[in-house]
Amino acid sequence: MKIIDQGKGELFTDPDPDKARAFFRTKNRKMVNKVMELPDAIKEFVHDGEYLGIGGFGANRTPIAACHEIVRQGRKKMGFAGHTSTHDMQILSAGEVYDKLDAAYVVGLEARGLSACSRRYLESGKVKVTEWTNYSLTVRMKAAAMGVPYLPARNMIGTDTFKYSAAKLAECPFTGKKLVLLPALYVDVAIIHVHEADIYGNSRFRGIAVSDLDLASAAKRLIITTEKLISNEEIKRDPTDTDIPFHLVDAVCEVPFGAYPGTMPYEYFSDEEHLKEWLTVDRDPEKFKEFIQRNIYDCDNHEDYINLNGGSKKMRDLRAKELLLFKED
Amino acid sequence: MAEYNEMEMMICVASRELEDGASVGVGTGAPCAAAMLAQKMSSPELVIMFEAGGMSPKLPEMPISVGDSRTFYKAAKAGSMGDTMEACSRGFVDYTFLGGAQIDRYGNLNSTVIGDHGKPKVRFPGSGGANDFASFCWKMMVMTPQNKNRFVEKLDFLTTPGWLKGGDSRQKSGLPENTGPYKIITNMAVMDFEPESKRMRVISVNPGYSFQDVQDNCGFELLKIDTIAETKPPIEEELRILREEVDPYRYVIGR
Repeated sequence: MKIIDQGKGELFTDPDPDKARAFFRTKNRKMVNKVMELPDAIKEFVHDGEYLGIGGFGANRTPIAACHEIVRQGRKKMGFAGHTSTHDMQILSAGEVYDKLDAAYVVGLEARGLSACSRRYLESGKVKVTEWTNYSLTVRMKAAAMGVPYLPARNMIGTDTFKYSAAKLAECPFTGKKLVLLPALYVDVAIIHVHEADIYGNSRFRGIAVSDLDLASAAKRLIITTEKLISNEEIKRDPTDTDIPFHLVDAVCEVPFGAYPGTMPYEYFSDEEHLKEWLTVDRDPEKFKEFIQRNIYDCDNHEDYINLNGGSKKMRDLRAKELLLFKED
Repeated sequence: MAEYNEMEMMICVASRELEDGASVGVGTGAPCAAAMLAQKMSSPELVIMFEAGGMSPKLPEMPISVGDSRTFYKAAKAGSMGDTMEACSRGFVDYTFLGGAQIDRYGNLNSTVIGDHGKPKVRFPGSGGANDFASFCWKMMVMTPQNKNRFVEKLDFLTTPGWLKGGDSRQKSGLPENTGPYKIITNMAVMDFEPESKRMRVISVNPGYSFQDVQDNCGFELLKIDTIAETKPPIEEELRILREEVDPYRYVIGR
């Protein structure tokens, strides 16, 4: 295959499928109890210098409790897949957890505005950034899930996004057309938040999948945080409902409201007031430091954090909002 | 005549581009408002797709995220990012609406950095799904305020492809054939692209503005068609639906 051009961005992960296969060969196949407390799971499976993938979509079904715990435990020098990372990135930037970033959508919180804290960190020059697009990172995880070193696509061509990526431009051996080759992204550890999981890791979520099925398969280690634990009998009752099977999973952590202050489809809507507080306070580094101290470091767990910001009354309100209970259809 | 603000004008103008039975990839904010308005005015069978996986929702209110629950409310499918983007890549999606910090004469967009990439003066979100949508969808449209900071001679960073270097450069680049920028909708005018050079061209100016106003608020030389029309302002019915049903909390039209 003729390579026409290549991006000058750094490739932070190894796309070699045989190295990945050698790892997956060693992964435990047994259906055993994987329930752990979240701090223990982060301690055991998330390490300094490794590459992290976060499931969901920014502030939608995103494992926010796990992001807080990573910051609390002080992880550093990680690689990070900025695949529509919004509030998750804001938290990880506050802890300066990563210093290598595959950027597709970063620093923004969509219609809510830009995070000054994420911007300051990227504008400091402390972070190596390679550019991609949302679909490119999806394709990269799909390639890893398939066990191939790359997949072709037709985006990014002709742009600086390509120039600052680590993709290659090649000529298609069948049609002669130009194709962007996107290298497989095997992440060292992924964390995905779901609605229900059994003690073995069989997991179900509702609503959009985003790229989580590929992320789950592309991850060498996978932590599931779940709104609630359910019985294995319930999983067996209808296996068509299983999104992520147990053999991909290393740890299962029961974290009710684990996506707060983000949205959990059919359960609770995002806490816009609190997210606005994040976005306002993070403009002032000194105030933000106190805010992070209070909301992350001084909290023992996610329950403390929720209680600090309105507790069960707040969660009832967010549930009503999510379900449009008081809105005419 | 009805009273309206410039954001309402842009949304109404944009919504009229989305004919019934077409498909459109949208984000949050003004583009989403335009798609919702189109769906409620004249295009009930408009297929709306969100990049996070929501397909053909009946939006109950403005989403705040392209992945929040509203984007798959009463939808045909709550799918994945692959589902949406692969549909675009297959040629199934007619339109997309995008924005950006900077746009050039060929409709290329910058949403990545101002200044040097290694140590940027300002870091923006990056492509997100914009490069994907603009590469794959048949017709790309942009909604943006008209000023010299946005309409620039040279982009700091080319995030999302327009007509690239103009002429046949996009066709030759390897991007899917016959795709490209279609209309640019601003608070002052509607522009398309001159077919040969692919340079931006004013086709209508909004009430209260002249071609010269548009040119004075643009960092590069604009072309114009022989007879510039006046953009049709919003009608009462569009404004009523926009204000009462699409954006009652004025998230977008109050900006």
